[in-house]
Amino acid sequence: MSITLPQVVFLFLATVIVIFSILTVTTKRILRSATYLLFVLFATAGIYFELNYSFLGAVQLTVYAGGIIVLYVFSILLTSSDSQKVEKIKNSKFFAGILAAIGGAAICIFITMTHSFPVSHFVPGELNQKVIGTALMGTEKYQYLLPFELISVLLLACIIGGILIARKR
Amino acid sequence: MFDFTVVTQWVDEMLRQLLPAPLVNATEFVLVGICLLVAYAVMALGLIYAERKVCAFFQCRLGPNRVGPYGMVQTVTDMIKMLIKEIIEINHVDRFLFNLAPYIVIIASLLAFSCIPFAKGLEIIDFNVGIFFLIAVSSIGIVGILLAGWASNNKFSLIGAMRSGAQMISYELSIGLSILTMVVLTGSMQLSTIVESQADGWFIFKGHIPAFIAFVIYLIAGTAETNRGPFDLPEAESELTAGYHTEYSGMHFGFFYVAEFVNMFIVAAVATTLFWGGWMPLHIPGWESFNAIMDYIPPILWFLGKSAVMVFIIMWFKWTFPRLRIDQLLTLEWKYLLPINLCNLFLMVFIVVFKLHF
Repeated sequence: MSITLPQVVFLFLATVIVIFSILTVTTKRILRSATYLLFVLFATAGIYFELNYSFLGAVQLTVYAGGIIVLYVFSILLTSSDSQKVEKIKNSKFFAGILAAIGGAAICIFITMTHSFPVSHFVPGELNQKVIGTALMGTEKYQYLLPFELISVLLLACIIGGILIARKR
Repeated sequence: MFDFTVVTQWVDEMLRQLLPAPLVNATEFVLVGICLLVAYAVMALGLIYAERKVCAFFQCRLGPNRVGPYGMVQTVTDMIKMLIKEIIEINHVDRFLFNLAPYIVIIASLLAFSCIPFAKGLEIIDFNVGIFFLIAVSSIGIVGILLAGWASNNKFSLIGAMRSGAQMISYELSIGLSILTMVVLTGSMQLSTIVESQADGWFIFKGHIPAFIAFVIYLIAGTAETNRGPFDLPEAESELTAGYHTEYSGMHFGFFYVAEFVNMFIVAAVATTLFWGGWMPLHIPGWESFNAIMDYIPPILWFLGKSAVMVFIIMWFKWTFPRLRIDQLLTLEWKYLLPINLCNLFLMVFIVVFKLHF
């Protein structure tokens, strides 16, 4: 069996994702954990680029790597100090965490195994920007204006809630 | 006009004759990488020299003038000094993050650098979301700066990094919105298409009022994004020693330094591409002989010349205005630039919908 270049790239990215995901949850220092998470997100963006879906890859980089991780690091800098180590986890919490992880993995594996992936839908080459735009902003079937607006309302509510909690009376 | 694809195709054909097919791709990857790194380093050296000279002339000094004619070899010798300096290990720091931070900054800068269309056919990454990809990768640099400030285990570095983070997150909005204004006018995010569609007139003329407002906002926000004066409070030397890179030595400091200068060039290059026609020569409708003469100037010279003017304006900012306070900086962004930008975006949409542009 010969291995093609895309397979090599995929295997590399998948290994990076697995290794750094594990490191993210096992490391003792919170800022290192955020950095490992950054690498996981980079590798995920890499998979999108490998699929020729450069729009989603760029979104992944802007929103997660440039936005969320920066906010994480920022809030870590504001709230905790370097000497502060993670406290020891209680046994009950440990087992609850393990159970939740196994449950989540089981659901994911079940869905991936039972779902049939249609091969014919894959179009080689870069996806046209207009296709994404009309799909995101259209009101017909399989177009996503309503979910898009719903999510924006949700985010607005989150922002207002955050300001309300943070504001000093 | 000289099309650079001639050269790349010639190299490609030559490699295909010499090597088996799978190796050709690998060799080309390596070649492109080497060219990119060399261009990056040369660009940084040139910019550092230019910055020193411009700064000197603004302050009525001569600047570097001993090594080589007009001191032109000075930055090269400085680079060699930087390369052979010891990288000092600091006690009580998170060594992994401390050593990682400069590389994140330089990789983000290098990725953004590789998106720039230098001349006809001379661009490395040309996605159909090109300009968006450029913003995306350049936003990664903030993580490096924050990590550097944190990992240094030094209060001044941390304050510098926090300031830098707050500043870059805020001003990224302005950059994004002013670029979006121009994307509305172009109808494309692919950098090569953006340049091609300026063949009959640069966007600063085609988009008239909103394009000009977007350009001014972009230039202000771009200066802030690269942490240069008057927005250089992340490394305000009178208060914070050198901000987030105080504890770095040798080439690790060099990475921050070089990335800062090349980021300035990237801001200038994007301004050139979006507003001033990229590598397109100046054409005036009706003046046929003038246009023909302008076509003889190679595109790369057009591009570098326009970028040099932009870089000069950014340096001019630095040596003209006094440094802002952090609250003034955030007020400028959130209370002035952002509302103006949103109105400007609306104005541009209005103009594009009613076809009021040229």
